[in-house]
Amino acid sequence: MAGLSERPFPPGDYPLVVVGSGPGAIQVSYSLARLGVPHAVLSRDPVAGGMFRKFPFFQRLLSWTKPYAPAEQGSRAYERYDWNSLLADEPEHAALMPGLMDGTSYFPSRPEMERNLQTFAERTGVAIRQDCRWERTRLEGEGPDRRFVLETSDGEYRAPLAIFAVGVAEPYVPPTPGIELVPHYADTRPAETYADKRIFIIGKQNSGFELASGLLPWARGLVLASPSPAKLSIVTRSLVGIRARYVQPYEDYVLGGGVAVLEAAIERIERTEGGFRVTTRPSRGGDPVAVEVDEVIAATGFVAPLLDLPELGVATFGHSRLPAQTAYWESATVPGIYFAGTLTQAVGGLKKHGLPPNSGAVQGSRYNARVLARHVAETHFGVPPLRRPIDPAGLLAFALDELCRGPELWHQRAYLARVVELEPASGVADAGVRPLTSFLDDGGPDAVALTVEADAAGAIYPVVYGRRDGTVTEHILPADDLLQFDRQEHRRALAGILREFGVASDEASVPAATAQRVGTPAAGPP
Amino acid sequence: MIQRAEVADELAGLSIFADLGSAQLQGIAHIFEEQWYPAGERILRQDLSGSGFYLILEGEVAVRQDGRDLAMLARGDYFGEISVLLGEPPVADVVALRPVRALHLAAAQLQDVLLAYPTVMYRMLVEQTRRVRSANRWRG
Repeated sequence: MAGLSERPFPPGDYPLVVVGSGPGAIQVSYSLARLGVPHAVLSRDPVAGGMFRKFPFFQRLLSWTKPYAPAEQGSRAYERYDWNSLLADEPEHAALMPGLMDGTSYFPSRPEMERNLQTFAERTGVAIRQDCRWERTRLEGEGPDRRFVLETSDGEYRAPLAIFAVGVAEPYVPPTPGIELVPHYADTRPAETYADKRIFIIGKQNSGFELASGLLPWARGLVLASPSPAKLSIVTRSLVGIRARYVQPYEDYVLGGGVAVLEAAIERIERTEGGFRVTTRPSRGGDPVAVEVDEVIAATGFVAPLLDLPELGVATFGHSRLPAQTAYWESATVPGIYFAGTLTQAVGGLKKHGLPPNSGAVQGSRYNARVLARHVAETHFGVPPLRRPIDPAGLLAFALDELCRGPELWHQRAYLARVVELEPASGVADAGVRPLTSFLDDGGPDAVALTVEADAAGAIYPVVYGRRDGTVTEHILPADDLLQFDRQEHRRALAGILREFGVASDEASVPAATAQRVGTPAAGPP
Repeated sequence: MIQRAEVADELAGLSIFADLGSAQLQGIAHIFEEQWYPAGERILRQDLSGSGFYLILEGEVAVRQDGRDLAMLARGDYFGEISVLLGEPPVADVVALRPVRALHLAAAQLQDVLLAYPTVMYRMLVEQTRRVRSANRWRG
């Protein structure tokens, strides 16, 4: 690691360049280093932390870390209850977040989260060249000489592979007439400057409701508007929707307290004497409605700051201009370019019952980053595929433990899977955590993939996919009100699936379900 | 780059939404989620639970059952509705033949959209009736 006065990674040739210094870049750099993959990391920011250096605006995260949980801090099982720590192989570097919180909330403050990320990077030796702005990209050479050339404020970096972990943090402003007159969420002023004002917030997603929540004690009136109905996370049963912490303005609205929540398109914004007139058109139809207010804030979201990558051929799509990717987060159109961090939300996976993975948040993308690092190491750097032999007599217990406590499966439901190979010739082996779609579509040896899934009604249950002679079958195991998936019915069902693969497991050898166990399960990181 | 206002314009050109006004189209554009699939990727998977409804904005897909192509679908076509409406796993794969940009809707939301926009439901009913007629003619 570079000394304090020495900036690491001067411009030059590298096997791999990572761009960014938020949680995605730190996690992927850490995981690459543990696999022995040499790489450079560069970031335009003066210090690590990514978006958490500035946001959320009201300085408190939406993602929790529970200081007291049914699993020991530092164990894999604890990761299910700690959405903010990055993942470390060394126990002393795991679960850093709870040790940095002041105990007033189980949602860390923004500065606590920033410190969590910086502490992880410092303690694990993740070196980053800060204040190095990626400005342009070009492609040179062909075949083995093919190189991405990243032009930066410090000079040129050449590499055959690049991982961009640059977040989705560039303010997006829609082409609504007059919107240039008003600030974006990112430019919201201190709350007290909105005292006794009528405020119109464009957008009804979390950023809009976060502002509304923070401004409730200050505003004389609040109007939130967008064309579609507001969705609540407790209704969608996923991170899609307004999180419970920001629902207060919605309750104010439904109880007639003075907040208005409109389903309407914004037609135009005009300046008036002392304020603004926002002309809306109700989604249900009918005449336009003008709303007179003192202030307008555009909580209209963010896009991915991909600079000139689209000109290089990187396909993008959707409202956030996300890069189109493969199951392993490689650009679908420009091989050799990978993505980490919140950009991996572009890969929706199966979206079973409409539920997306949690890749837009740290608790999901940290696992994507670790799987990506292994994929890159195996595909490009000659690292042998993971294959940890399992004693067949212990397979049932291993599988049940993963389904009950495997944090990758819980945070990335129906998206990441624990794969166990069951080839008669080569024996039973843990093949690590993989994207579920890759298991379903890419073929491979006889194996099972273990996942945790959920349906639209809110039930959470284990699912086992069996792959035999290239044919995949889906086995849905029972849900459980206490989320304990090692009951007799689960053991029996799982043993039956394994018997189809010729693996005889002694059901009786697995302890019956007890109150939730504490400790580190047998499986290590993927 | 496609933004929601532009997606609403795209929707306006599709027959299933032909009766909707601009504000309604913008509402629909916000409800659907845009997805992108590389060529060769499966979008729907035969016999797997929890599928959704998809509307193609760009590209072509094959409806493939047990390895046999049954139909090709392109811009403006949709798929997954039978599985969603019946609450059963799809009886065929749907595979991207070239890069596909599509709008996705979860099963529960399809019902909401159809009830909120009866003209969309009516046009879908007409299309399903056409398909039933074609199937009956084929059998006859």
